[in-house]
Amino acid sequence: MEEPETYTGALERALHISGSEIGGECRVASERARRIRRFLPWAVLLPAALSGCGLIDAPQSMLNPAGPVAQDQLGLIDSSIWVMTLVFVVVAGALLVILLRFRWRGQTELPPQWEGSTRLELLWTIVPFILLALLAVGTVRDSFVLAAPEGKNVLKVNVVGHQYWWSFSYPGTNIVTANELHIPVGQKVELVLTSADVIHAFWIPRLGGKTALVPGRTNIMWIEADQPGTYKGQCAEFCGTGHADMRLLVVAEPPAKFAQWEQQMEHPVVQPTSALAQQGEKYFASEQCSSCHTIGGTSFVGVVGPNLTNLAQRQMIAGNLLPNDAQDLAAWLKDPQAVKPGSLMPNLHLSPDKIKALVAFLQSLKTPAPSGSV
Amino acid sequence: MAEMHPPIGTHPVEMEMPAAPDNSVLGVWIWLSAESLFFASLIATFLLLHNQNNGGPSLGKLIDLPLTFVATVTLLSSSLTMALGYAQVLKQNYGGFRFWLVVTAILGLAFAGMQAFEFHHLYAEGFRLNSAPSGSAFFTLTGFHGLHVLFGAFWLISLLFFSFKREFVEEAAVKVKVLGLYWHFVDVVWVIIFTVVYLMGKVA
Amino acid sequence: MATHSERVWHGGGQVVVTGDEEPRGLWSWLTTVDHKRIGQMYMGAGLFFFLLAGIEAFLMRLQLAQPDAHVVSAALFNQLFTMHGVTMVFLAGMPLLIGFINLVVPIQIGARDVAFPRLNALSLWLFIGGGLMLYTSWFFGGAPDAGWFNYVPISAGEFSPGPGVDFYDIGLQISGIGTLMTGINFLTTIINLRAPGMSWLRLPMFVWATFVTSLLIVFAFPPLTVNLFLQTFDRLFGAHFFTVSAGGSPLLWANLFWVFGHPEVYILIMPAFGIISEVVPVMSRRPLFGYTTMVLSVMAIGFLSFMVWVHHMFDLGYGPWVNSIFALSSMLIAVPTGVKIFNWLTTMWGGQVRMNTAMHWVFGFLITFVVGGMSGVMLALAPADLQFNNSYFVVAHFHYVLIGGTLFAIFAGMYYWFPKYTGRFLNERLGKWQFWLVFIGFNVTFFPMHFLGLMGMPRRIYTYAPHLGLTLWNSISTDGVYILTAGMIIGAINVLWSYGHGELAAADPWDGRTLEWAIPSPPPAYNFEYIPLVRGLDAFWVEKRYGNGRMLPAPEEHHGPPGTIHMPSPTAMPLFLALSIIVAGYGLILHSLVLDIIGFGFVAVGIYRSMFTVDHGYFVRPHHIEGVRADG
Repeated sequence: MEEPETYTGALERALHISGSEIGGECRVASERARRIRRFLPWAVLLPAALSGCGLIDAPQSMLNPAGPVAQDQLGLIDSSIWVMTLVFVVVAGALLVILLRFRWRGQTELPPQWEGSTRLELLWTIVPFILLALLAVGTVRDSFVLAAPEGKNVLKVNVVGHQYWWSFSYPGTNIVTANELHIPVGQKVELVLTSADVIHAFWIPRLGGKTALVPGRTNIMWIEADQPGTYKGQCAEFCGTGHADMRLLVVAEPPAKFAQWEQQMEHPVVQPTSALAQQGEKYFASEQCSSCHTIGGTSFVGVVGPNLTNLAQRQMIAGNLLPNDAQDLAAWLKDPQAVKPGSLMPNLHLSPDKIKALVAFLQSLKTPAPSGSV
Repeated sequence: MAEMHPPIGTHPVEMEMPAAPDNSVLGVWIWLSAESLFFASLIATFLLLHNQNNGGPSLGKLIDLPLTFVATVTLLSSSLTMALGYAQVLKQNYGGFRFWLVVTAILGLAFAGMQAFEFHHLYAEGFRLNSAPSGSAFFTLTGFHGLHVLFGAFWLISLLFFSFKREFVEEAAVKVKVLGLYWHFVDVVWVIIFTVVYLMGKVA
Repeated sequence: MATHSERVWHGGGQVVVTGDEEPRGLWSWLTTVDHKRIGQMYMGAGLFFFLLAGIEAFLMRLQLAQPDAHVVSAALFNQLFTMHGVTMVFLAGMPLLIGFINLVVPIQIGARDVAFPRLNALSLWLFIGGGLMLYTSWFFGGAPDAGWFNYVPISAGEFSPGPGVDFYDIGLQISGIGTLMTGINFLTTIINLRAPGMSWLRLPMFVWATFVTSLLIVFAFPPLTVNLFLQTFDRLFGAHFFTVSAGGSPLLWANLFWVFGHPEVYILIMPAFGIISEVVPVMSRRPLFGYTTMVLSVMAIGFLSFMVWVHHMFDLGYGPWVNSIFALSSMLIAVPTGVKIFNWLTTMWGGQVRMNTAMHWVFGFLITFVVGGMSGVMLALAPADLQFNNSYFVVAHFHYVLIGGTLFAIFAGMYYWFPKYTGRFLNERLGKWQFWLVFIGFNVTFFPMHFLGLMGMPRRIYTYAPHLGLTLWNSISTDGVYILTAGMIIGAINVLWSYGHGELAAADPWDGRTLEWAIPSPPPAYNFEYIPLVRGLDAFWVEKRYGNGRMLPAPEEHHGPPGTIHMPSPTAMPLFLALSIIVAGYGLILHSLVLDIIGFGFVAVGIYRSMFTVDHGYFVRPHHIEGVRADG
């Protein structure tokens, strides 16, 4: 993406394109281009982007769909880009011709004083109308297709937005988890969205567009992943100080592996083995952690903060802001606001020893896979 | 694409310019059309929220329709007296005009008084601005209308004082006309509020 | 000064001031009712707020240049983008356009002032007062930080307990009321004060644009007024319009806001269209192509702008029917807009285009506005918008429309009309430097934002993770800001320098077509020594081409006796009223009953005095009645 060869090559190519486009008069343009090159090397990089550099392989790129919803939406985006490029080329071409051919060169005679032409004006009323009508077909069709998942084999997940984390629960089971949504590959997943506080929006660009989570209201969207993988996203409706740090992970797994995850979540086992971890479990209660957090398989049933069942099996912590390792867990417990401004998790001013024990306990929160499973 | 510039001077000036209404009259018409949108937004808000009682009393049960009916008749008759006052101005009978002006102001204030009585009653029943969305919507809508009535009364009384000044005569017709427009508008809005909030609320 | 003017001017309309010297000094500006002075103050204040919003933008781009940066805190960043948006829309964009409207429209229709000059001054002071009030929020515990559309519940007392959002509600209320009055004023002016012969289909396009803009203001601002009141009541008096737990509706705010908000963005672009429609024909030496179609398309755009508000809320879950209908109506706006663009192109095609600085801005406008319009159509496709919505693609889109569209047109208008109102040209050399730096800097800053949106970067985030691949384009975007800033500084230098030292301009330096070019530069306070008779579209051009090059005077019944001009008196009342309203506003925000009583008391006094003080005005007898010069 930032390879110097590509960059320089693109720079050179772009220089020629943009030089002749923006200047009009070639002599002037090349003069300006020299100035641009000297002062503003970045200015000419723009067209290089058309090569796709960095656009498609970005982890949250909507140009790299991984499921039918995002695929449909990209189809519409693609077709509109072609239409729009066509219109732009026509307008820019006309401006170029005007610059080259219709300049005032000291004439005293007036140019022909045209006042209008019904035929021409009809032309540029009707042609755009037709172009838009073409786009309208796909727009209306996709609006209905994407409104709700069809068929019976649909997995339902309830999603609740919180400042600044996500809660997921799977109806018909006792599975409740946070921030990391697990779905099976190849199955439609209906997300039933609402919010506990302000408006948020659920957005995994590679799986589909966003839908808002509005307090007091239930919205529906659906996604489906074609291939296993971890898909990133983040809250897409401004929700407060921690908005930028309210991130999302969707883990799509083959059905068998997903079933195993479900099994582990349904029957979590909490077995802190080390003495340190056992100490941490006690701190979890005594230091008020348990008044906000639930951990499946224990007696901790707080409901204010994220559910921590099988926390050690998750990839990230703190609303998917930090990797789930001992160091970051410790930093997070020490001063949540320093790590994630605006976080509503209180700073409990825990001593380093207690933090160490709590980290050991939290890292022990994983349910062993049943033998013989994938 | 032919040259079609019209040769100049073919349009007689008189045909181009129909007699324009006075600036103030036109300005008030435009202002009142903005006011229409203002009340339309408030009424839409009321329609959206009027059943959200937050566990408190609902408006339909608390409405005192006879009282409101009397208030409505009061306000509507003030429109009539306003019109009578304007007629006196056109006849340059300023004494008669002042009489109807006072009557109009009294009727307007009487309406506001009845509204205040109603608000007091509703507050006593626990239906308040801060009790539920329905209360918020009701008091905001009818309250803003009430403020318009009070502003109208202020305007009427101010005009009464002004009518004793030397400058009044030269501008009397316009001054009274714009006030009349405003006053009739406030009445029409009340008719809509009466229908939407009270009659429909009672039926529902 | 004050006593002198009272003695002379308030003498029952009998005293004639001989001479047309304009009063000077600060007080004369504070009490002026002259539409040209008010217009200049709108421009000045608009540029001041533009500078503030620019500084806010600069800080945001510094913060976003690198991932995980700490230039500003998350909380400050939220205040910055909120204030940037609010300022650009309400305190910079609209005032700059209203400034042009004030400067140009009365003269273009052949009038001596607007219909309600004192109301016009009140509008100005309410705008400036409301804007400054909004900025004092930094001194009272922090600026509003819930975004310029201030969705609930994030802006509700529960989640934004500080006074910031109260400043938003009341500051915007005050400046919004000023805007509403401007709309009423200019509708009345255009309907009533046209010179004889200035029929509807002879109105210059800028006047048409103003007319439709004013209609949009009159019909779009009341929902905003109501919305702001509802939230004020929620936050200050415990009402429950938006309290979810009590059954209130967050979507009520969203709908009322966008019922206002979408026409609002057309309020920001319509006068820009008008400016382009003025500059293009003059600089191409031919009439505007398809004048009638241009009028119809402005009306169509204005009408459609009320039918599309849900397209800001495709992701709020209104379902496929609603989304489809609003998608189609939104796409439809592209048709009349496209007609305008092609008509401008055809006006130039086959003409003789003078590529001066004003025309550079027009070309810049056409290129970037088309890009913004195109991305706008893409946003209208509801299913695709579910991806675009709230992403940097949207940020790119509206900056292309509002900078590439509105601001470039404002600059075109500045280079075009500056000589008329100051008597001096802006420097062309500096102007072209400014153009190229701004044009390039703008595109370097904002084009990558399309990519960032496609790469999944949401708007309104104060930082982003390093591994998302967003770093390159963000850093390029920030680099563009330096270029953009350099251009803006050159522009500012140009304005300040040319104001006193620019090349002197004649009355009609561009071979203009409309009435403002038929009077001296700068125009006298009374604009026209006699009310002109309009004998065709492009009134002045017609006289230059077919007449003797001067405007003919209208028949005498349309104006006073020749050589004596009746003018409205200056008055401090608008300023007094505006100050009273500001005091009352502070009273509400700071929960101070004393300030409330003082403020609202003075408002009542002010309203009474304004309604029932008869202004007899004064008379001007110009020193030199020399007719209207055609060639300066």
